[in-house]
Amino acid sequence: MLDVDWAIRWIGEVARDTAERRAELSELDRRIGDGDHGENLARGFEAARAALEQKRPDTIGGVLKLVASTLMSTVGGASGPLYGTAFVRAAKACPQPELDTAGVVALVAAALDGVVARGRAQVGEKTMVDAWTPALGAAQEAAEAGSPPAATLAAAAAGAQSGADATVELQATKGRAGYLGERSVGHRDPGAESSALILAAAARAAAP
Amino acid sequence: MSRCRVGLVLVAHSAGLAEGLADVARQMAPDVCIQPAGGCPDGRIGTSYDRVEGAVRDLLDAGLDVVVLTDLGSATLMAEAVLEALDEPRASFVDAPLVEGTVHAAVAAQTGGDQGMVRRAALRVGADYARSAEVELAAVGAGAAVVGGEPSRGRGPGGIPAGGSVATNGAPGRVAAAPPQNARTLHLTNRLGLHARPAAYLARTAGAFDAVVSVNGVPATSVLELMELGLEVGAEIRLAASGPEADDALDAVEQLVLARFGEE
Repeated sequence: MLDVDWAIRWIGEVARDTAERRAELSELDRRIGDGDHGENLARGFEAARAALEQKRPDTIGGVLKLVASTLMSTVGGASGPLYGTAFVRAAKACPQPELDTAGVVALVAAALDGVVARGRAQVGEKTMVDAWTPALGAAQEAAEAGSPPAATLAAAAAGAQSGADATVELQATKGRAGYLGERSVGHRDPGAESSALILAAAARAAAP
Repeated sequence: MSRCRVGLVLVAHSAGLAEGLADVARQMAPDVCIQPAGGCPDGRIGTSYDRVEGAVRDLLDAGLDVVVLTDLGSATLMAEAVLEALDEPRASFVDAPLVEGTVHAAVAAQTGGDQGMVRRAALRVGADYARSAEVELAAVGAGAAVVGGEPSRGRGPGGIPAGGSVATNGAPGRVAAAPPQNARTLHLTNRLGLHARPAAYLARTAGAFDAVVSVNGVPATSVLELMELGLEVGAEIRLAASGPEADDALDAVEQLVLARFGEE
């Protein structure tokens, strides 16, 4: 059941995962960015986890909105506004207390919309968009095949991970990596990888 | 009593950067409210949503319109996120080079400019930079590195164009159009003249054809240059076009002018 308890577990998983993988994410970011992605996300999601302990929302949207505003205020790099806007839009798309399969697809679609609206990147530019787009595709396919909500979420997570894997060979034109141009090829995009991390955490939190 | 109508918010990854720039700009614009909003509250390099939002709100609460400038792309994302959430037409972000854009914006604000005029002052800096850069890139070739001490044709050592910095003060290069195959003279009949909306409409229309079109000597596809003409109602519009679709382009622009750009 993808209810408020699931959403809170999800964010707790992201906080744990980003804390554990902070060095790895920052290292990815050091190669083609300014090296602070892991620290930023660990700080932001820990703050989000703590905020959810203080105040338990009634709806999935309520959880996502709290995460959004916390991320915006605590993550000082590009991922603050990018994930912030993704979670704001996802919150608007999920006003219910529980998500069904269509709700999962709506969440992923809205998050992708948010990232695109804020960052204005397209597919193939070596950004988070390259993880969220295949995530949405996979979620839509799973939904069409009649998958239950948790399985749809797992499909989205798998889509995001293969998208993140595929960023290695892309050339960046956006963000700090954009300054590197050709030299960004051969390196995984940290934002795409953290996007995959976030969806994987959502899927794990849904598993019985 | 200050006649300033606009304040500025400077969003940068470093508090020092924003504060220093505010100090520099205030030397030229002592009455303008310039709010630095750089760095994170805990002193880290980065941008802070709360800091930016606070700065914008302070100016709005003081009855000023707000123009926001940023140092880098991620600061732009932060500024746009704040402005989207505030949803306040009196506050806007202008995409311009931070330092010179701020100084020119501040001067425009000092002389009582409104939000549009302050924005245009900053935008012109970027436009001038783009023109100078294109000229220099074309001369050295885009792939060639300009290394300090290595003279290249027409320049002093260090790759700096002879006569001074690659800067904003030179007159912008006009489009060197082929001799026009076709020319028409019209008069503007819409009440507000060639302001932003009709200028944008004209630029889009002219740009859709395989032709080089000019309006009173400036490229018809440049919204900024069209606006800078300052054409009011009744003003003369001298169209010229060359290229395979010159006639079609002129017809389309003429139609637009005659239709008053769809206004009232």
